[in-house]
Amino acid sequence: MKKKLLSVLLTTVLVTTMFTGCGNSKTSSDKTKAGGTVKTESTSDTKEGKKVNIYCWNDEFKSRYEAYAKDLAEKHGVEVNFVIVANENNAYQNNLDTALQAQESAAADDKVDLFLVEADYASKYTKSEYALDVVGDVGLTKEDLAGQYQYTKDIVTVDGVQKGTTWQATPGLFAYRRSIAKKVLGTDDPTQVQAALSDWSKFDGVATKMKDAGFKMLSGYDDSYRAFSNNVSKPWVDGTKIVVDDNIMNWVKQTKDYTDKGYNNKTTLWAPEWSADQGPDGKVFGFFYSTWGINFTLLGNSLSDAKGKQEVGNGIYGDYAVCEGPQAYYWGGTWLCAAKGSDNLPFIKDLMYRLTCDSKTMKQITLDTQDYTNNQAAMEEIAKSDYKSDFLGGQNHIALFAEAAKKIDMSNISDYDQGLNEAFQQSMHEYFEGNVDEKTALDNFYTSAMEKYPELTK
Amino acid sequence: MKSSNAKKRKHVSYTKWGYIFLIPFFLVYFIFSFIPMISTFYYSFFENYMSGLNVIGPKFVGFDNFVKLFTEADLLKYTENTLIMWVLGFVPQIAVSLLLAAWFTNTRLKLRCSGFFKTVIYMPNLIMASAFSMLFFTLFSNNGPINMLLMDAGIFKEPCHFMSITLGARSLIASMNFLMWFGNTTILLMAGMMGIDVALFEAAEVDGATSFQVFSKITMPLLKPIMAYVMITSLIGGLQMFDLPQILTNGKGGPDRTTMTLIMYLNNHLFSKNYGMAGALSVVIFIITGALSIVVFKLLTDQKEAR
Repeated sequence: MKKKLLSVLLTTVLVTTMFTGCGNSKTSSDKTKAGGTVKTESTSDTKEGKKVNIYCWNDEFKSRYEAYAKDLAEKHGVEVNFVIVANENNAYQNNLDTALQAQESAAADDKVDLFLVEADYASKYTKSEYALDVVGDVGLTKEDLAGQYQYTKDIVTVDGVQKGTTWQATPGLFAYRRSIAKKVLGTDDPTQVQAALSDWSKFDGVATKMKDAGFKMLSGYDDSYRAFSNNVSKPWVDGTKIVVDDNIMNWVKQTKDYTDKGYNNKTTLWAPEWSADQGPDGKVFGFFYSTWGINFTLLGNSLSDAKGKQEVGNGIYGDYAVCEGPQAYYWGGTWLCAAKGSDNLPFIKDLMYRLTCDSKTMKQITLDTQDYTNNQAAMEEIAKSDYKSDFLGGQNHIALFAEAAKKIDMSNISDYDQGLNEAFQQSMHEYFEGNVDEKTALDNFYTSAMEKYPELTK
Repeated sequence: MKSSNAKKRKHVSYTKWGYIFLIPFFLVYFIFSFIPMISTFYYSFFENYMSGLNVIGPKFVGFDNFVKLFTEADLLKYTENTLIMWVLGFVPQIAVSLLLAAWFTNTRLKLRCSGFFKTVIYMPNLIMASAFSMLFFTLFSNNGPINMLLMDAGIFKEPCHFMSITLGARSLIASMNFLMWFGNTTILLMAGMMGIDVALFEAAEVDGATSFQVFSKITMPLLKPIMAYVMITSLIGGLQMFDLPQILTNGKGGPDRTTMTLIMYLNNHLFSKNYGMAGALSVVIFIITGALSIVVFKLLTDQKEAR
């Protein structure tokens, strides 16, 4: 009898746990459904899906959306769902590819509605049918887009059709520590520091001085990578053949030299040690960063109390300044693409307009977050104004960005940049560490490149 | 009433129930193991991958994938990596397990709290491999606690980059494997040892055999079937080593791809959706595993028969 009781009890427990799973999801979906219909009835009469799925790789866009466009969700009666997958090792792209390929058979609420792409692989998507024409399909007008930087439109334009739009332009600068500049170079004035760093041989000279004074010029291996890789003479891939540009080999030479001489701290990009070097205890002179890096990454890393108020006195807030550095370059940039098959185009149109075309919002974003937004007129206006960044010790960095943005040339990008840049940097790390010679490192790069992209050859 | 029931039962054939109860296993095996295996063999003859968002193939290419695997890829190197890391972990594992199993089952020793220790040594196996790997990654990272400790103790002047040295990375992986699996092996060997007739040990004792002699002349020979089982399962597990090195080296198999195992290599192909090459590699791994298992099995069982 006891056994029977026990078995009945166990079965009940099992069955109930099984069904609680179902029950929960059912009630929650019921709730959203109910909420959704009520909203649609009251605010909008266009036929739109209830759920907007946005694919991205970090929470940068999410925070922009939440700060500047959250009201749009209510207007259209939709629920916005962010699908965030990190970029590393093509994980974001692989996940997105799978989702896009299942687009036709997916239920309306599971379809990708909007996806974000980076400069490194934007062309892969803009060349495909999955990214919609922002003018013809989404409904933005040429006038709406007129204020944007031309290069931000060129990079996502295929056969005259613009298939994406961005809220930021991403010229790169060299961000340095004022306190260290004063000690070693005798000045922290951006113009004079720039004069000391205006080409690579001067840059190397300052690196020697930094070392003698007990500082490091750069944090790690990858810091100057973009400044070299953006100034190549041809794209990564010629037909299906991988081509390593001479300028990229210059990066290898410089970094090996810096590593052997102790000019850098042997960190790697995004590693905790690298982030720590940007903070209060860092002994590193400067970092190559583009727009988003300064307000999004560097600022966060510079604080001693990450949750505290962002003001002078918290960590080294106010100790950084920016100058052009030895060579003009850009880094990153995020484009919004509407996905084919989306049932939320009206919402996407409003969202794109708000974040990438509306000069009022974009100016506000720059004033609030120090990001450099994609609106020439608004940026020129701020550049000429007496705008000051407290984080950069009162410097008007927008003026520098406005100059640098004009020099951006993205003619040498390819579909493979993300995977090849990553593989190249990783393979070279071992050469810098002294584990392998240059040739082996190059061979390892080719091996992992061909693993990532089976169609490429050496 | 009872007796008549029993009589009836004698005439009822239960054989069919045996088959009926076996059906679910065979069904599951057929659908989830057999069909995928055959289709892997099939796909290994095709060129089939993704180029950007376009599917290339499937196009029949015969043995091209295999030829590519053996000529262009470093298949031999990855096999070697896998086996070296397996041996590095397995040798201490079997030695420690044998010792512990002998102690735990020794009737003369009468270890106290053996139940407690058996639980403790089994514990590492309950931790997820990925969590274990992350733990080691943090402990041995360049600015990690182990480096701090060694530097404070004055052994190193600069932090040692464990993960950038071939021997360092390999031994970290091997020691994780050792820590995770020696408990499990101990339990298996104990089961084997407890199955040996106690009378044999007593007879040896009466004859004045030393404990080492008992171990080498009685325990070891009679343990052979269990040893064969442990060896083969561990070998198969070793060839399929994946999660520990994958997490520890962030999927890179660094330094210089010397900790890249066969399955990690397979994972790289699958990650870029290169189904043809992945299929070919799977077939090769299948053949290697099968061949090695047969060799080990023959070695251990033939000797027994020869005696």
